[in-house]
Amino acid sequence: MKIKKLVSGMALAMGASMVSYGALAADTIKVGVLHSLSGTMAISETTLKDTVLMMVEEQNKKGGLLGKQLEAVVVDPASNWPLFAEKARELLTKDKVDVIFGGWTSVSRKSVLPVIEELNGLMFYPVQYEGEESSKNVFYTGAAPNQQAIPAVDYLMNELGVERWVLAGTDYVYPRTTNKILEAYLKAKGVADSDIMINYTPFGHSDWQSIVSDVKKFGSKGKKTAVVSTINGDANVPFYKELGNQGISSEDIPVVAFSVGEEELSGIDTKPLVGHLAAWNYFQSVDSEANEAFITNWKAFIGNPKRVTNDPMEATYIGFNMWTQAVKKAGTTDVDAVEQAMIGQKSPNLTGGVAVMNKNHHLSKPVLIGEIQDDGQFEVVWETEGVVAGDAWSDFLPGSKDLISDWTSPIKCGNYNTVTRTCSGQNF
Amino acid sequence: MKRYLALCCCLLSLWLNPALNSVYAETDTGKTSTGETTTASSPHIQQLLTELTQKSLNKAVPVLEKLEQSGGEAMLPLFRTMLDGNLYFIKANRQVISVTKAESGKAFANVFTGEPLPEFTKKQIKKIRVNNRLRGYLRDAIARIQLSSSDPAAREKAVRNLLSDLDPSTIEAIQSARVNESNTAVQEMMDLALAMHKLTNAALAVDQLEAIEALSGSLESEVRNLLARVSESENYEPAVNKAAASALVKIQDKVEFYAFIDQLFFGLSLGSVLLLAAIGLAITFGVMGVINMAHGEMIMLGAYTTYVVQLMLPNHIEYSLWLAIPLAFIVSGLMGVLIERGVIRFLHGRPLETLLATFGISLILQQLVRTIFSPLNRQVASPEWMSGSIEINPVLSLTLNRLYILAFALLVFFLLQLILKKTSLGLNVRAVSQNRNMARAMGVRSDWVDAMTFGLGSGIAGIAGVALSQLTNVGPNLGQAYIIDSFMVVVFGGVGNLLGTLVAAFSLGIANKFLEPVTGAVLASILVLVFIILFIQKRPKGLFPQKGRAAE
Repeated sequence: MKIKKLVSGMALAMGASMVSYGALAADTIKVGVLHSLSGTMAISETTLKDTVLMMVEEQNKKGGLLGKQLEAVVVDPASNWPLFAEKARELLTKDKVDVIFGGWTSVSRKSVLPVIEELNGLMFYPVQYEGEESSKNVFYTGAAPNQQAIPAVDYLMNELGVERWVLAGTDYVYPRTTNKILEAYLKAKGVADSDIMINYTPFGHSDWQSIVSDVKKFGSKGKKTAVVSTINGDANVPFYKELGNQGISSEDIPVVAFSVGEEELSGIDTKPLVGHLAAWNYFQSVDSEANEAFITNWKAFIGNPKRVTNDPMEATYIGFNMWTQAVKKAGTTDVDAVEQAMIGQKSPNLTGGVAVMNKNHHLSKPVLIGEIQDDGQFEVVWETEGVVAGDAWSDFLPGSKDLISDWTSPIKCGNYNTVTRTCSGQNF
Repeated sequence: MKRYLALCCCLLSLWLNPALNSVYAETDTGKTSTGETTTASSPHIQQLLTELTQKSLNKAVPVLEKLEQSGGEAMLPLFRTMLDGNLYFIKANRQVISVTKAESGKAFANVFTGEPLPEFTKKQIKKIRVNNRLRGYLRDAIARIQLSSSDPAAREKAVRNLLSDLDPSTIEAIQSARVNESNTAVQEMMDLALAMHKLTNAALAVDQLEAIEALSGSLESEVRNLLARVSESENYEPAVNKAAASALVKIQDKVEFYAFIDQLFFGLSLGSVLLLAAIGLAITFGVMGVINMAHGEMIMLGAYTTYVVQLMLPNHIEYSLWLAIPLAFIVSGLMGVLIERGVIRFLHGRPLETLLATFGISLILQQLVRTIFSPLNRQVASPEWMSGSIEINPVLSLTLNRLYILAFALLVFFLLQLILKKTSLGLNVRAVSQNRNMARAMGVRSDWVDAMTFGLGSGIAGIAGVALSQLTNVGPNLGQAYIIDSFMVVVFGGVGNLLGTLVAAFSLGIANKFLEPVTGAVLASILVLVFIILFIQKRPKGLFPQKGRAAE
C-alpha cells in the first residue's frame, strides 16, 4: 500500500511538477492549492500557487496555526474545467484539506462549486469576476464588477470625456456578463445605442486586423472613443500590437483593460501598450511599506529579482491572512465555524487602507486606474475615495437588482430577494 | 511562377519607395543652433524646468504651456524626449536630462544639445512620468512648433494633427505658414484646414459653398465629420446643407471602395499566415501522408529560436530575424529528422498509431519548452522596420509587418516549389510519394528521402514560427493555435498539392475576413469550418485532387 502510494505520488509529481512536501508530518492543517500548472492558464495560475506556498511558509515560520504546522497540498487541474471538479473532490475527500485556494477562470469556479457545496468545503477565489454569484462555501477576494468595471467607465466618462464605447471581450461568461452590466450602466447614463459597439472574439484570437480597423472607423466619428476590454489572456498582445501598427495611440482611443496586469506585461514588448489603462485593486508600483515588504519577500521566495507582483496575488494574500485570522478566532478549522468567523475580518491592503470581508463573502477594497508605462508597470492616474464594497448581484441587471447576499442570520442566503423577501433556495 | 516573382517585386518596391515610406522618417534629431541653446539656458526657462520636475502629473500642462510660449522651437527636443518617456532629472540639482537605451546600458545626454553626460546611478536620477493627457498636449505642441519644420512630411503631419482642433490662433499660424509653403502636399493639407475653418466661420453662403467645394474629395475623418454636421445643421442655408450632403456621399463612396481594399488586404494577410503555417504540413501530410500532430510544435520551436537569437544578441534586434530564419529551419528541421528516424518510420503505414505517437510528441515538446523556458510567454521584440504602417491615404493604411509576412510567405512557397520541381531531392520525394516500391526498385533510398522530406517540412514550419513570432504570443501553446487551421488548409486545398495549399490558404483567409464584419469573429470561423465540411462531402479530395496513377 505504502509503495503504491509512493509510486503514484512520484508519477504525479513527475507528470505535473507537483509539490507536496511534508506529506508524512503528523497532524497538520492542510491547505489545498487548486491552480493550473499546465495548459493555457498556467501562465497566470502558477504565480498564485507560488504565492500560497510563500504564505504557508511564512505562517509556518511564525509558528503555524493553532499550534500546528500548515501543509500545502498542490494539485494540477491542467486548465481543464471538469478536472477542476475532480481535483477539488480529491482534495476534500482524499487529502482532507481544511481550505482550498484556487481557480482563475469563471468556468473553473463554476465547475468546482457543486463539489465544494456538496462536501461543505471552503474555497478562496482570488480573481476579478463577473459577479452574479454568492456561495456559502466560497470567499471572493477579487473584484466584483462594481469594484473594477463600473469605476473604470466612470473614470473614462468623467475624466476623459468619453462618449462612444467599444466593449470588446473574449467569448465566455466573464466578458459576456460584464459587458451586459456595462451596457445597462451606460444606457442608464444616457449613452445612445449607436454609440456602443460590442464585439466578441474566441480565446487566443490573434488576427485582430479587421476588428481594430472597425474600432478605428467607429472612433473617427468626432466623439471621444474608448475601448473597454475584457479580452483575456494571450489574445491581448496581438490586439495591442495591431492597435499600434494601425496607428491608434492611447491618446486617440484609450483602451482600459480588466485582465492585463503586471504579470501579463512582463512577457511582452510593452512599446505598443504605453498609455493604455487598466483597472485593478492593486498595482505593484503603489508606494507603501506593506507593499514593499511583500515585493521583497516575493522576490526572495521565488529567487528571481525580476518577478513582478499583481492584483490576484494581493487578493490571495488578503484571503490567506483573513483565513488565518478567522481560524484563530474560531479556534478550529471547521468550515462552518471559520465561515462565520470570516465575516467582518479585516486585513490591511498592500496599497494602504484596510480590506473588510462583508456579509456577502465579498471584500471592500479601493479601486485604482493605472496607465501602462514602458517598464511594464502602472502609473496610478486615479483612485476611488475610500473603499468600495463588492456587490455580488449587480444593480444594473433586471434579474439581479433586487437580490442581495447575506450569510449572517437571520437571512443566511446567497440570493435573497429584497422585494419578495424570499431566498430562491439555490445554494448560490 | 513568374507571376509570384512579380508579386514579390511589387511588394518589395512598395516599401522601398521612399515617398511612401517618408511618413516614418520624421525623427530629425533637432540640431540646435547656438542661438537656441542660449534660449534654453535662460534663467526663466531653467526655473520652469525645475518647476516641471516638482509638479504632479495633473499640474504639468500649465508649466509646459509656459515653456512652449517662451521657448518656442528650442523646446522641441525637450518635448520629444518627454513624449518618448526618456526625460529624467538629477535628484541633486533638479536638472533635466535625457536617458536613452544604448548598446551598453544607458546613454545620458543633455536634453537640448545632445552632449553626452557622465553616467548616473539609478538612485541619482528620477523619471519624469507622462500620462495620456500630457502626451496629447506634447503631440499638439510639437505639431504647432513643427509648422515651420524643414521637413515637408513633418509639416504635413503637423497640419493634420491640428485639424481636429482648429482655434483662431492655430488658423493664424497656418495662414502665415501657408504663404511661404512650397511643397504641394503640405499646401493641400493647409488649404484643407483653412477651408474647414471657412466653412464653420464664414457668414455668406457663397463662401461656405466654396469651402465645401474645396473639401469634397478629402478622406480626412475630420472633414467627413464636419460635412456630416453641416449637412444636418439648421444654421446653414438649405443649399449649403445639400451641397455638404452630396459632397459627403461622394466621399463615402470613395471610403467604401478603400474599405473593400483594406478588407482584401486583411484577407490576404490572414491567408499568408495560414499558408506559412500549412505549407510545411502540406509536405509531411500531403506528400508523405504522415498525420503529424506535432507540426504546430515545429512552428513553436521556430518561434522560440527567434527568442533565443534575440536573447543572445540583445543589441542587434534589427538583424535578429535574418539570423533566426536559417537557424529556425535547422532547429526544427533537425527535430523533424529526429522524430522521423526515432518514431515515425517504425509506424509506417499505420496512420492511427502515427497520429497518436505524434500527438504524444507534441505534448512532450510543449512540456519541454515549459520546463526550459517557463510556462509564461516570452518576449520577442519587433524590429523597427517591421512596425508601423504605410499610409496610402487617411482611410487606407497597410501595416508593415503584415506586408512583409505576405511577401515572405509567397517567397517561401516559391522556393519550396523550386526545390520540389528542380532539385534531385524534389524528384526523389515525388517519386517516393507516388510509388514507394517502384522508386526503391529504381535505386532511390526511400528511408533517406523520408527523413529529408520530414526534415524539410518541419524546417519550413520552423521558418513559419519566425514569422508568427512577430504577430502573436511566443508561448508553449503557440503551435496548438495553428494546427487545426493548417490541417484545414491542406485538406481543403487537396492533399499532395502545394498550389492547392496556396489557393486554399488565401481563399479561406479572404472568406474569413469578409465574413467577420458581418457575423463577428466567432461565427465567422465556425461558418468557414462548416463550409469546408460541406465542401469535402462534395469533393473529398479537395480543390485540386491528384489525378492519374499518382492519385492511388
